[in-house]
Amino acid sequence: MIKFVLSRLLSAVPTLFLVSVAVFTLIRLIPGDPVALMLGDNVDPQVYAAMSHQLGLDRPIPVQFVLWLKSLLSGDLGRSITSDQEVLPLVLHRFAISAQLVLVAVTIATVFAVPLGMLAAWRQNSAFDLGVVVGGTILMSIPTFWMGLMMLLFFGLQLGWLPVLGYVSLGENFWDGAVYLLMPVATLVLHETGILVRMARASTLDVLRLDYVTHARAKGLSEGQVLRRHVARNAFGPTWTLLGLILGNLLGGVAVVETVFTIPGLGRLIVESIFGRDYPVLQGCLLFVAITYVVVNLIVDLCYPIFDPRVKSA
Amino acid sequence: MSIGKTNKYLGGLLVAFFLLAAFFGWVYTPFDPLAINLRAKLEAPGSGHLLGTDEYGRDVISRLLTAARTSVSISLLTVSFAVIFGTLLGSVSGYARGWVDRLVMLFTDTLLAFPSILLALALLSILGANMYGVVLALGLAYMPTVTRVVRGAVMSLREQQFIEASRLMGHPVHYTLWAHVVPNCLAPVIVIATSMFGSVLLTESALSFLGLGVPPPAPTWGNMLAGARPYMAQAPWLGIFPGLCIALTLLGINLFGDYVRDRFDPRMRGL
Repeated sequence: MIKFVLSRLLSAVPTLFLVSVAVFTLIRLIPGDPVALMLGDNVDPQVYAAMSHQLGLDRPIPVQFVLWLKSLLSGDLGRSITSDQEVLPLVLHRFAISAQLVLVAVTIATVFAVPLGMLAAWRQNSAFDLGVVVGGTILMSIPTFWMGLMMLLFFGLQLGWLPVLGYVSLGENFWDGAVYLLMPVATLVLHETGILVRMARASTLDVLRLDYVTHARAKGLSEGQVLRRHVARNAFGPTWTLLGLILGNLLGGVAVVETVFTIPGLGRLIVESIFGRDYPVLQGCLLFVAITYVVVNLIVDLCYPIFDPRVKSA
Repeated sequence: MSIGKTNKYLGGLLVAFFLLAAFFGWVYTPFDPLAINLRAKLEAPGSGHLLGTDEYGRDVISRLLTAARTSVSISLLTVSFAVIFGTLLGSVSGYARGWVDRLVMLFTDTLLAFPSILLALALLSILGANMYGVVLALGLAYMPTVTRVVRGAVMSLREQQFIEASRLMGHPVHYTLWAHVVPNCLAPVIVIATSMFGSVLLTESALSFLGLGVPPPAPTWGNMLAGARPYMAQAPWLGIFPGLCIALTLLGINLFGDYVRDRFDPRMRGL
């Protein structure tokens, strides 16, 4: 077990290094001169040279990279061009907001989707199964930003039940915050349930046709025991992996939902930094999201043996 | 109706409908999709304008048709880009092995370490928000998936006897690859390409919705939805129709994608 954990942890190191190289390259490929951007046009060449020097932009690229990586490892991601805030605390603050939304939504979606998908597979080709498949496909086909808009239109504008604009953090006032989170969470839950239910069903069907399930039935176990003891655990593996991908994707990609519901999360910060040409912030966000993605998938990998002990030896 | 038939016919019908709409919008639209007519702004759906007008008095149905064309061309170009270059990289990498393989996979795995919408966002800030920027950014974001799948298929193919025979007959490598290896890994490529259409369309609309896709005034379903947000109370149709178009097209692609998967991968039939 320790060997498995160590090898997985070690395999993440080169990926993280490559991610940092990629982000460094991406940011430097963006057209436009950062110094000119910070100081404006018609700047005194001496001031320009001083600023270049201060930012280290007059050094060779490899030296720049090493210096950049050094400050990165000490947690210094620079300052925002537009607001002069330090990037790391800014990114962490916004991430906390997105993470709240995403974790709640994905947990609820999993709790609904996995049992539904398993039951649908167990009763393959029944009316219930057809309903689950069709429902799941419809839900995953509705873009979150449209579902969100329609919820705002119906519950916010037509019925007037829920607030249309604004955001209150859960920490400030739990109940008000929960009211504001209701629609965004519901939007994400519906969409992700559609994706997860199909996956849970597909992997359960895969397991149900295996010989050991027939064997378990033949030796006289009740259907409930077969499902609980032999099918559920084995069928959960692929869904678990997908869950990691969804979580990783959402933690950086809820920009559209955050835009619809005016939530100041990390996704909004990324879009704002692109519009505002705020490269230090964009760079910080890219790095943070990519690292989160790698780490989430690493954690998923590490937990995988709980459901399927065979991967440890592989 | 069984799931398989629903997938094939309903999915096919929806996809065909939107392809037709895209083609139709290319040849004819009832009004000029860009013509501003402030006297007719925010008109409700009715006889004059079938699906109403937007805040500048532009005809919604004409804009939807034009947007269908944009979405279809972007998706086609993006998926072609991802499939062609992904197949190229994947087959060379899987066939050559050694340092070529390691280099290609290093590049691929690095790209795969980013969520695809984030990678597309980052690339768009380099390439600029225009149609070809979107195609290139999305194409690069989706290419690694194809590369991985093709490489996997080629790795197992290259050990088979008919490939070895082709090598022994003295065929040059590019011939063996083109004539024997690539055709034999088309099935998985077709399966992922079909489902990729759906996620490309969704990502493209999301980027447009965020204001990072094809720039206005050119209509896309995503930027029409974004433009509708301030008018949701007075003109809900502006927010309803473009989203409905995205959802129905995606439903069509997803259903048809399931059919294609069952057709090309019999092991998965009925899943």
